[in-house]
Amino acid sequence: MSTKRTAGREAWTQHGWWTAHRWLIARRVVQFGFMVLFVTGPWFGVWIAKGTLASSLTLGVLPLTDPLIVLQSIAARHIPEFTAMLGAAIVLVAYLVLGGRLYCSWVCPINPVTDLAAWTRHRLGIETDWKVKPQARLWILGAILLTAALTSTIAFEFVNPITTLHRAILFGASWGLVSVLAIVLLDVFVAKNGWCGHICPVGAFYGLLNHTALIKVSAKGRVRCDDCMDCYAVCPEMHVIAPALKGEKTGAGPIIRSVDCTACGRCIDVCPERVFAFTHRFDQRADAASVDATSPHPKPLKAA
Amino acid sequence: MAEASKTEGKGFDPKRRKALQDLAKHAAGAAVTAAALSGVAQQSRALPVTALRPPGALPEPAFLSACVRCGLCVEACPYKTLKLAEFGDGAPVGTPYFIARNIPCEMCDDIPCVKACPTGALAKSLTQIYKATMGTASLVGRETCLNMLGLRCDVCYRVCPAIDKAITLERTHNARTAKHAVFEPFVHADACTGCGKCEKSCVLEEAAIKVLPVILARGKGGAHYRLGWEEKRKAGHELVPGIVDLPDRMPEIPTGEVPK
Repeated sequence: MSTKRTAGREAWTQHGWWTAHRWLIARRVVQFGFMVLFVTGPWFGVWIAKGTLASSLTLGVLPLTDPLIVLQSIAARHIPEFTAMLGAAIVLVAYLVLGGRLYCSWVCPINPVTDLAAWTRHRLGIETDWKVKPQARLWILGAILLTAALTSTIAFEFVNPITTLHRAILFGASWGLVSVLAIVLLDVFVAKNGWCGHICPVGAFYGLLNHTALIKVSAKGRVRCDDCMDCYAVCPEMHVIAPALKGEKTGAGPIIRSVDCTACGRCIDVCPERVFAFTHRFDQRADAASVDATSPHPKPLKAA
Repeated sequence: MAEASKTEGKGFDPKRRKALQDLAKHAAGAAVTAAALSGVAQQSRALPVTALRPPGALPEPAFLSACVRCGLCVEACPYKTLKLAEFGDGAPVGTPYFIARNIPCEMCDDIPCVKACPTGALAKSLTQIYKATMGTASLVGRETCLNMLGLRCDVCYRVCPAIDKAITLERTHNARTAKHAVFEPFVHADACTGCGKCEKSCVLEEAAIKVLPVILARGKGGAHYRLGWEEKRKAGHELVPGIVDLPDRMPEIPTGEVPK
């Protein structure tokens, strides 16, 4: 108890800082990059992507629209025009192929906020947890679509913290950021990964697009797992790990199959045994038990 | 599995009980979410009278089902007229609007805001900016307007992009001086786009001419009203032929008994 294990510290000492953080850094760079695409226009007059995450036009040719917002609009009995429909179709197909919840980890501007909240919660040692099941968000997704139909408005956009934050960054801060603050407080003090992992209907929607995801994390080195629990500590959807990591007993493959996995890659970073790796969904290869598997700590693999 | 758990008899199944409880819990949570969100949506529906929608905007209830609040129209506006509403602005959060008194609509010929809209919340059927109805100007300050006081300000008339169509100066008698004229700025609603140039340029501390939502500015007659003279013109003849023309009664001095 006195010396609490910090997830990722062992990987850092064994493999170096870069190896223990590279996917985290990559993710922050991509998130920042998506923000830059939108921000250069309103801030500096250099237009790359116009609009916001709700709907945008990149370089004057590529329309992209959030399919969930289009779905709400249809539920509210408006049939959006061709541009929005095309934009939604492009986004839909891209996420269906690559993996819907990549949006959560690699694009959504709320992700760095909730990551910060999770980190704060960990540093403050807050253990209280509000028991909400991860499937609650599917009900909330249903609720917002129902509300759109009942009120004939895209009702969730009155409160959606994701688009509120995005608009605030592009067009100036607003009182709407209170909803972002509410998420931080929820995640720090009330429920671990409360927003992204249990409530967010946008994440729930993109989870539905995750069933055919090509990009997957594999626990291909699961024979080396020494149960340090670091991956569980950092995973925002920790129930996704065990079926793959402990799949040898049940005959399951090493691919993390749960649609809740956001493919953030943090487990890859923090694992001192280098168990996890990004791969594609058809890759069923798993490392064979190494010759020195009998020793409690196999020789660390040198980072390439 | 079900058989194993049915040990307590009477068909009590703890797993089924738990599943039903979970179902009830989630359904209740979803219902509360929907109710709270509906409340927010209903509260946020109203648009303040000073907030005007961009040209081509669908009528207000439909607009909120179509606008995805992406800001493309705002970014397309070359005059920074349009703003996305923030909390506290009064207009539904994230939707585009403008305040005529701050920055009016410059009525671009190519209507870039409408072109930028991906959803049809700003209808592409608006191709000529002079057909826009963002609102209707209304001379609300009839007692403060300098022209109405008998002076010659004329600014609202001069700046009107549809001068002599949307605003004319109507000459009437100046009862105060009894020898001058009053040039009343008169708005013709059918030609007014609601751009707000008149409201923006009104020289008074608080504008005497204001752009109001169409319905507030124009009023609306009953759907069943028929104007006799128009129906007559359309039909080309009297609608009720052979109408009896009763003799007009003239005032006359009563005779006979004077009531006590």
